[in-house]
Amino acid sequence: MSVPASWYLVLSAVLFGIGVYGFLTKRSVLIMLMCVELMLNAVNLTFVTFARTLSDIAGQTVVFFVMVVAAAEVTVGLGITVAVFRRRRTTSVDELTEMQG
Amino acid sequence: MTLPSINYLALAPFLVMSGTALVLLIATSLTPTRIPRRVASTVAVSAAGASLLLTVIQGWQIARHGAQLTAAHSVVMDGFSALATASISSSLIFALLIAHDWEGRERFVGAEYQMLALLATSGAVLMTEANDLAVVFLGLEILSIALYVIIAFNRRRVKSQESSLKYFLLGGFAAAVFMYGAALVYGATGSTNLSTISYFLSANVLVHPALLWAGGGLMMLAFAFKTQAVPFHFWSPDVYEGAPTPVTGFHASIVWGGAFAAAIRVMISGLGTQSDTWRPIIWGLIVLSTVVGALFAITQVNAKRLLAYSSVTHSGFIWLGVWAASPRGVADSLFYILTYAPTVLGSFAIVALVGGVGDSDHYLKKYRGLARRNPWIGGSLALLLLSQLGVPLTVGFDGKFAVLSASLDAGNVTASVVAMLAAAVAAFAYLRWVGSLFAEGDPDVAPLVVPWASRVVIASSVIVVLVFGIWPAPLTHLAQHATLFFQP
Repeated sequence: MSVPASWYLVLSAVLFGIGVYGFLTKRSVLIMLMCVELMLNAVNLTFVTFARTLSDIAGQTVVFFVMVVAAAEVTVGLGITVAVFRRRRTTSVDELTEMQG
Repeated sequence: MTLPSINYLALAPFLVMSGTALVLLIATSLTPTRIPRRVASTVAVSAAGASLLLTVIQGWQIARHGAQLTAAHSVVMDGFSALATASISSSLIFALLIAHDWEGRERFVGAEYQMLALLATSGAVLMTEANDLAVVFLGLEILSIALYVIIAFNRRRVKSQESSLKYFLLGGFAAAVFMYGAALVYGATGSTNLSTISYFLSANVLVHPALLWAGGGLMMLAFAFKTQAVPFHFWSPDVYEGAPTPVTGFHASIVWGGAFAAAIRVMISGLGTQSDTWRPIIWGLIVLSTVVGALFAITQVNAKRLLAYSSVTHSGFIWLGVWAASPRGVADSLFYILTYAPTVLGSFAIVALVGGVGDSDHYLKKYRGLARRNPWIGGSLALLLLSQLGVPLTVGFDGKFAVLSASLDAGNVTASVVAMLAAAVAAFAYLRWVGSLFAEGDPDVAPLVVPWASRVVIASSVIVVLVFGIWPAPLTHLAQHATLFFQP
């Protein structure tokens, strides 16, 4: 018995929603970063599911691009977070109030 | 297995920039001493100049053989990409020259800044010629990831790192939203290729368009974020204020060039058949951006924050041309970007000089009497601000006139009128600044010392503003030939 494709789509939508919710409500930079990663993985799952239903290889290759970019993004993001942490001893965005936008 | 054929001329500006960045990176790690600032700037400016020359060759090829698709139809070389790349490359030369003086003032050595600037610009160049949602994403991220680092470049300033972190979090979020939108569009149309999407949508009627609409809406959200359109502009004053001033200029010219080019490609080349669906959203972006940008610009006391809100207003104007979704609207939006880039870079060259060591003080009161102390610098800033305001005989007027007439032609009367009224409101912010330049200043303040690189940037931007302000025909002519490869 195979799981229908729509289940995967619902799962990825839920994962994406959790990522968005977490990003908008959590105040720690690290958790926000993890939420972005969760959103990108939801994207990957969506691409793979559609690639399978459409019998099209292109959707699966996009996933590799997304994974590489996500890794690069995390590397840079953690670097910036560490730089800020060394100066301010905090990773909470609420305490980053040097400027009020 | 056969590899897709690649037209290297189409990718040449991208390859020159990213290749030079990699050479600088390797040279930095291999040399025992740090690379002198002059060498790094020379190498980077030559790369930007080479890519500018390559766009001329591209333009000549396109005129002879027409636009070309390459690399498995994922990259396109057309008049639009060639002109946008030319605009981005010349902006990079300006931005590097501003940064050259800035690095001297801040006593930074090494080639890291030039390397990151080249990398970020190569991403913007890739975005202008993307014909596939995956390539748009790649360009966007090459641009953004280098930009996050370059915004945090000033280690001695807390604001620099703080603004970088804010931009990084929101930028990562926007990129993920864009990609989810791309995934949904892929599911609805069966391809990530913009031309294939467009052919599919013109040949088929979707029974359930919700998937496509949701995907297009999410991608549009990401573009609105990158182009600082209200309500996704909230990060821009902080990032403009916090980033080192040369990077702020970089942002308002190069990042915009890439982001608007990609937005135009996706919305018009890819989803142009759905324009009736996305037009109301862009209409909202136009009205909100022009009005909110103008209202907030008036209340600012910080020069960089004022320019941030001013660019929010300009973003609304460029979207007017996108709304028209006609060849003429595309040409006029491109013309606006083409002329706004040197104007804003010249302004930021002067803001960087006035800000002084450590980007310490950007308050407007510091500009009081600038035109009396430094008549040339003060006069140039006044002219550049008047151009942003849209005074006739400056290039800003021609840009505003072009997008407004394109949008009126397409029947968008309300948004055009609102944008014009908002521009009139924003005039107050610019005129107050210009007025204070000529006011009686503090006699104890010493005149600015202007290094040669900044002189070149300011003089060239003033020449562009005046010459093309009085005689815009060559530029409009170029922009009209810079058509998209495919437009439904």
